[in-house]
Amino acid sequence: MGIIKLETKDKKRKVTNNRMTNKNLLSGNEAIARGAYEAGVKVGVGYPGTPSTEILENFTKYEDVVTEWSVNEKVAMEVGLGSALAGKRTLVTMKHVGLNVAADPLFTASYIGANAGMVVVVADDPDLHSSQNEQDSRHYARAAKVPMLEPSDSQEAKEFVRYACELSEGFDTPIFLRSVTRISHSKTVVAFEPKLNYEHDKGFEKENIKKHVMIPAFARQRHFVVEDRMKALEEFSNRIEINRIEKGKGEIAFVTAGLCYNYVKEVFPEADIFKIGMVYPLPMRNLLEFCKGYEKVYVVEELDPFIEDQLKARGANNIVGKEILPVTGEYSPELIYTAITGNKFKGMEVGIKPFARPPMLCPGCPHAQTFNAMNKLGLTVSGDIGCYTLGTLPPYSAMHACVDMGASIPFAQGIELAQGSEFKHDVVAVIGDSTFAHSGITGLINAAYNKRRILVIVLDNSTTAMTGMQPNPFNGSTITGEETVVIDYQKLAEAIGIKKDNFRTVTAYKEEIISETIQELLAKKELCLMVVTGPCLIYKRKKEKNNG
Amino acid sequence: MDKIKNILMVGVGGQGIITASDILSEAALLDGHDVKKSEIHGMSQRGGSVFAHIRYGKKVYSPTIKTGEADVLLSLELIETVRWLSYANEKTKVILSETKIQPQTVKEYPESVIDSLKKKFKDFYLVNPIEINKQNGSHKVLNTTLLGVLSNLLEISDKSWEKAMENLVPKGTYESNLSAFSLGKKLFS
Ligand code: SF4
Repeated sequence: MGIIKLETKDKKRKVTNNRMTNKNLLSGNEAIARGAYEAGVKVGVGYPGTPSTEILENFTKYEDVVTEWSVNEKVAMEVGLGSALAGKRTLVTMKHVGLNVAADPLFTASYIGANAGMVVVVADDPDLHSSQNEQDSRHYARAAKVPMLEPSDSQEAKEFVRYACELSEGFDTPIFLRSVTRISHSKTVVAFEPKLNYEHDKGFEKENIKKHVMIPAFARQRHFVVEDRMKALEEFSNRIEINRIEKGKGEIAFVTAGLCYNYVKEVFPEADIFKIGMVYPLPMRNLLEFCKGYEKVYVVEELDPFIEDQLKARGANNIVGKEILPVTGEYSPELIYTAITGNKFKGMEVGIKPFARPPMLCPGCPHAQTFNAMNKLGLTVSGDIGCYTLGTLPPYSAMHACVDMGASIPFAQGIELAQGSEFKHDVVAVIGDSTFAHSGITGLINAAYNKRRILVIVLDNSTTAMTGMQPNPFNGSTITGEETVVIDYQKLAEAIGIKKDNFRTVTAYKEEIISETIQELLAKKELCLMVVTGPCLIYKRKKEKNNG
Repeated sequence: MDKIKNILMVGVGGQGIITASDILSEAALLDGHDVKKSEIHGMSQRGGSVFAHIRYGKKVYSPTIKTGEADVLLSLELIETVRWLSYANEKTKVILSETKIQPQTVKEYPESVIDSLKKKFKDFYLVNPIEINKQNGSHKVLNTTLLGVLSNLLEISDKSWEKAMENLVPKGTYESNLSAFSLGKKLFS
């Protein structure tokens, strides 16, 4: 099988150092898109989410590729798997919380494998620049038994996509490429290479049901294959150039990966470093051997002690990591330096305390009137993920819960269930158009089916505003701007059993009408759907600019 | 040049920091340097505080500047200058456009910010945006004038600055940007 082939190929593989011959400044996300293009990736799918969004947006610009914004990450993962099994190199993109949505197919994709390369890019967000949690996606690699690469700058981000395709094919597995916000949104120098014309010899094999149909009898067999593959991958991990030792003066030693590698180099340029490019499975034999050579080895990794725990579990007892480094937030060169040496960096101050600038709805945002109305009515508002999440903060102060995409509708149902006959009919669920398509519809179906009595308000601003104006199934265009169907709210409501009279559409600009409609619908004490329409201001301006 | 140059640009979402920092990064790249740039996206663009770290030199590792190590702090908003001061030291050169952006939720804008800053820094370049906009005949190229001021403090060739602007400013605005840049260059030279 492919492993042998890869081994010889990999011996020759060097991480490019000739950055000065052909230089371009690319963000990590642009570099991943470029890498996919150069690797002959044909299909790109994903769901927008900061910091991952620009990967697919940039990939779409290359010729001879097909792309889509899928309705959610689970769908993207499934489309991607189909595409890879049909013989085309495939890129699937999402942010860390999106990977939770895609986790179901992910765990089985690992059993099924891939024909042509299937690269799943997941972008984590340490310090929660724009996310609801700070989870560490590396755990998914381990849990789903899917290998994971992690680049430390844009050049590596580009190269690792190609390498990931080769590994995916060689080991017949989907593979992760992990980024973090500060890789995705930092620009560093990248050398371009020509596009590879990749053709996989196999298309989708209809006969191969033992590999593609995961009924228990077949899946049981596949699990052995997966375990063998992971063993082979760990062995392989010990022999590849992207997991390497950089010898310094031998006075201080580090194990690190991704962005943190550059931080360590910045403050300890003469350290001995084991730089990990494949964060799962780890090159354990080499790592343990490396660690033996020192009295103390610092493991530097953002978020969880993923590498550290595995090293400790395998007997490395001279590891220092989270005892001195935080599990929350982003790292920085000085944070690492201070943790290790105790010396602080000093900056200036003038004794003036700058006021905070919390993010806010843009002045004139279409969501404003609805939030004002809900605030004045004193409603309990179950909220969702999008610009309108900012309705939580003053001056609106009109949202009281927000868990994940699509959660607003079921959350409100939970309140109703808990309160039973005490339910006061002052609970509304708000959700945006893109989020409604992502995972709100299933919640609404649940409400209709179970005869719940809540009011659901869709705030339709004609776009996915928070992540930068991506189209979605409610506004009539695809990722490339092509015209497409628009889901009809009214027909949808009817189809799932919401009474005709319990459905309303109102414009976003008349607070009075919004307020009256809310009261009228709440008084019905039945499941109601209300759509508030008004395009996002920024989106409107952008559109006018493009047309004019 | 072995020493890495660290430039921190700060301001408020919508002020055009990203484009200005792109132009500087591109110019440094065209001059043959290794360049890394880190910026903020997403939520913070909705009226939030925005920054861009630009670092260039022979070989750059971290995309972010260390505390106290900015060579230049270029600020588009008064109070943002204060927010990011921890990246500066006494030798840091400060370029400040005297703009005040007060969020709805803030009642009083702190006073005497400029005086306190002036006392701390020897190299302090204060730009009056109203004056500059008058001279440029447009408010759209203010940042380019600030880049012109910045160019006096860095050793990047004019050719690279010009090429970077040509590559990155909107089509048809190259000429106006070029003259805004020269205005800044003359301002404090
Ligand atoms: S981007 Fe659009 S939807 Fe979001 S706050 Fe601004 S106007 Fe409102």
